[in-house]
Amino acid sequence: MEETKSPIMDRIAEANKSATTGIDAKDIKDWITIYIMGRGYKVPADLTILAAMEYAGYKFVRSVGCRQGFCGACATVFRKKGDYKLQTDMACQTRADDGMYLVQIPFTPAEKANYDLNKETYGPAVLIKHYPEVARCVSCNTCTKACPQDLEVMDYIQAALRGDFPALARDSFDCIQCGLCAMRCPAEIVQYHVGQLGRRMYGRNELGVPEHLRKRVEEIGKGQFKRALDTMISCSNDELRKKYTERDIEPE
Amino acid sequence: MNAEKNLDLLLDGSKIPYFPGCTLKTTARNFENSAIASARALGIELVELPRWNCCGTVFSLSADDLIHHVASVRNLIRVQEMNKQGIVTNERRLVTLCSMCFNTLKRANLRVHENPEDMKKINDLMYREEDYQGHVEVLHFLELVRDIGFGKVKRAVKKNLGELKIAPYYGCMILRPKEVSIDDPESPTILDDLIAALGVQIVRTPYNKVCCGSYQTVQDKYMVAELAHDILSHARKAGAEAIATTCPLCAFNLDNRQKEVIEKYPDFEKMPVFYVTQLMALAFDLDAKFYGFDQNFVDPVTLLKKKNLLKK
Repeated sequence: MEETKSPIMDRIAEANKSATTGIDAKDIKDWITIYIMGRGYKVPADLTILAAMEYAGYKFVRSVGCRQGFCGACATVFRKKGDYKLQTDMACQTRADDGMYLVQIPFTPAEKANYDLNKETYGPAVLIKHYPEVARCVSCNTCTKACPQDLEVMDYIQAALRGDFPALARDSFDCIQCGLCAMRCPAEIVQYHVGQLGRRMYGRNELGVPEHLRKRVEEIGKGQFKRALDTMISCSNDELRKKYTERDIEPE
Repeated sequence: MNAEKNLDLLLDGSKIPYFPGCTLKTTARNFENSAIASARALGIELVELPRWNCCGTVFSLSADDLIHHVASVRNLIRVQEMNKQGIVTNERRLVTLCSMCFNTLKRANLRVHENPEDMKKINDLMYREEDYQGHVEVLHFLELVRDIGFGKVKRAVKKNLGELKIAPYYGCMILRPKEVSIDDPESPTILDDLIAALGVQIVRTPYNKVCCGSYQTVQDKYMVAELAHDILSHARKAGAEAIATTCPLCAFNLDNRQKEVIEKYPDFEKMPVFYVTQLMALAFDLDAKFYGFDQNFVDPVTLLKKKNLLKK
């Protein structure tokens, strides 16, 4: 292999070809064993958990999304060989290790509060009103340990508890709503929903309407996009599919 | 004061870690603002912990309930961090304003100090944090002022409050249990001494530490109003024009619950409830922005204007 700046990434990319393009098993040099829901599978080394599971024969209809570590759909829970720590991450961003036990968590059951931002009072009480369990936080920090985004989740829940909206919005900003914090929380708090309510309240009450948004809403109001939208609505399924595959994609 | 404590000198310009707690950031901002400004007037800088979490709210009494002490200990670790970061120098004191926070933090500190095994378990659980070494000393603001010296307080007074008649009210959380009490739990004087140093007339009542109803206020506000009525009426009969306290929960129950007191006792004459730090800020003649009287439920401004202590 050619010498590059990031040999590990190249190795991972090379290994993932076995799953994505179907290299012959005889051409694969390094193998590991992982335990998916308790059953052992031999898979090529250096795959992501997601690719390793697919190699093992799993086909995902849930627990998968963008495959870029951004959508939060492929939450995974695992223990590494010889390590008592229960770890969580995104399956598309985590390398499968030899002897790893794992399972996918396709969804975190949690009720999402229903609220009208314009009718809620901007103060600490709104967070406690919709998510009273926030007050049960014992500051154990398990949520922070669970976060694949490395957010200080406990800190933003503590900010919520004292109604510090700027800190809550700032510290929860990069949340991808995977739900792993809520799954691990011994106080049964739904951190990611609390963060979302906090960011919405903060945005609604402390940040003005951005100029580009105001302009776009005005354009929509004037009917600037009506014809394009009508065309789309009148398309048949086949026509829509064709448009979708032939669409312009922004360069990465 | 024990010998160990004497090592921590309170020099002019000392920077001391300060734990606010949630109430000080919401309903008791007037307490925080007036306390920080008053401490500064006495030469002490209260430095808020850069990161802090809930104190733990109520000290858990169960022998095996270690998880509810984690929050307290985590805050004590922040004091160690502040020293390492150089935000404060060789400072193991942690000052609190809220009586409930004081009680919870101090008792948790005491528990892990006396039970090394508990300390180890809690440290193990928080493996991402540095270990708590057990050297932080939790202080209530009143203790800090006592250590600064009431003589110094007296010298800082610029406005004569001699016309004001105030009943000190201690509540329970800074006095009980006796292991964490900041004064004689049965006959405390620390708040009286501070108020006296400010030049205010003290009105003593036997109700100065009778229960305010505490967090029962959430469950049954009329029961709490009944207690507030007793405490306030006795203060009034003894000749007080207002109450002074340091506990945000006591202040809430004695102040805000006067709404329910009036519902039940229409003839009741409302009585302002001060944080003692508001009186400090007033006596030290600090900028009016530190008083925060607008956050008091029963208006104290009318009384202060009548005494010519505020501009009409």
